[in-house]
Amino acid sequence: MNNREPLFSSKNIKLLKGPLNTNNPITVQVLGICSALAITVNLKPSFVMAIAVIFVLAASNVVISVFRNYIPPRIRIIVQLTVIAAMVILVDLILKAYAYDISKQLSVFVGLIITNCIIMGRLEAFAMANKPWQAFLDGIGNAAGYGIILIIVAFFRELLGSGTLWDYPVFEKIGIYNIGYTDNGLMILPPMALITVGIIIWVQRSKYRDLIEKN
Amino acid sequence: MKQFSNIYVLMFSSIMVIIVATLLSFVSMKLKPRQIKNEEIEQMKNILASVNIECDTKDAEEKFNMYINESYVINIHGDTLEDIEVFSVNMKKELAKIQKINALKDKLVEKKKSPLSKFMSGIFNFRETDKSATESEILKIEKIRQLPVYICKKGERNYFIFSLRGKGLWGPIWGYLSLEGDFNTVYGTYFGHETETPGLGAVISTAKFQSQFQGKKLFTNLKFVSVNVVKGGTEPGDLHGVDAISGSTVTSAGVEKMLYDCLYGYIEFINKQSVDYE
Repeated sequence: MNNREPLFSSKNIKLLKGPLNTNNPITVQVLGICSALAITVNLKPSFVMAIAVIFVLAASNVVISVFRNYIPPRIRIIVQLTVIAAMVILVDLILKAYAYDISKQLSVFVGLIITNCIIMGRLEAFAMANKPWQAFLDGIGNAAGYGIILIIVAFFRELLGSGTLWDYPVFEKIGIYNIGYTDNGLMILPPMALITVGIIIWVQRSKYRDLIEKN
Repeated sequence: MKQFSNIYVLMFSSIMVIIVATLLSFVSMKLKPRQIKNEEIEQMKNILASVNIECDTKDAEEKFNMYINESYVINIHGDTLEDIEVFSVNMKKELAKIQKINALKDKLVEKKKSPLSKFMSGIFNFRETDKSATESEILKIEKIRQLPVYICKKGERNYFIFSLRGKGLWGPIWGYLSLEGDFNTVYGTYFGHETETPGLGAVISTAKFQSQFQGKKLFTNLKFVSVNVVKGGTEPGDLHGVDAISGSTVTSAGVEKMLYDCLYGYIEFINKQSVDYE
């Protein structure tokens, strides 16, 4: 292939944009649900988690894609896991050194990025068969699609569950408590994250009818 | 699909592991001093938080040196242990000692109650020796306990800060508790945790939960009661209880146990100090 594709061809743009909407890893592929339930109680950790996943997924996608022709297929899963684990430990170490407060808040969930099925899924399904630049865009796109859902869920859970946004007491400032409103403690519990994700899936599928499963 | 020989697979995986390990250990070593510094500053921040002094990461060290004008390590009898650096006390090990002592004490109580052991000891007649062996072991562990004390001078008053460490639901919890000069009234607390559930157990590190402790008493008629974390809410005017967090029974119970177990070690120190004080 001598005629090189432009960096942002429509195909590449699709790699970036698809996962944000009609190919979203959480709402359409239903991957990575577990961590989406665990850390979406507050906005701040969800945001940092999204950034961390974007870094880990983009970086390991590129690494795997660069070496895709040299990785023996028989041990490819182990190689992928090693790369992901190394990236996650890097993120953890850097957060501990330069953003100690946030790393304290995220605690164990940074380490748990390793078990996020989206990352493994993208490495196996995309990076093993595509060039580094496409793999990079795919990584950014998928991780951002994951992050967007995380932030939407966290927005509603923090607002309705604790009455705050980014630790800022919104409801207290509005004065809504004075007319008898109380925070909904149920929103803080993990089941409500599942229900919130369910509502997002419902809204999305009623807008894009093609996404509805046939049977 | 391309075929790879076994030799290639082995070589590939060894080289990959070596590269990854080198990279990670290099980064880890480079960042270690920063991380240790962060942890120390964090500890200072926590100690200051327990005497209701607000500070951020930047001025923690400065304020710590300004307010905390004495700190030392004591043993279980309230005597100062010379030549032990206060920051070097490993609270993890102290917690292990407390747990061991509690287990041994439980053993003593069980011995008295269980009919089977009564029967057995009736036959073999080693109950007495066994009991004294357990007691001497408790004393042996108590002897090597190390308890940090920080003294904060704020205005004209002195506050005494004690270290706490216990178990939450998923991992360790820790904290500091400061007493007023009467050695009975709680002046402030700080609780931290490693992996408690955000929004549930993690609430112990919020000001809302911690401020409940202010003004509570540790002793009634010179008897140690500690502060209890009461499920379902406390009666108004309860001097020994604070409200638990709904939805996090285990963490709340962990805080209560931590307070009791850790402060228990300071009783003799407090008794000695309050005599001096009077």
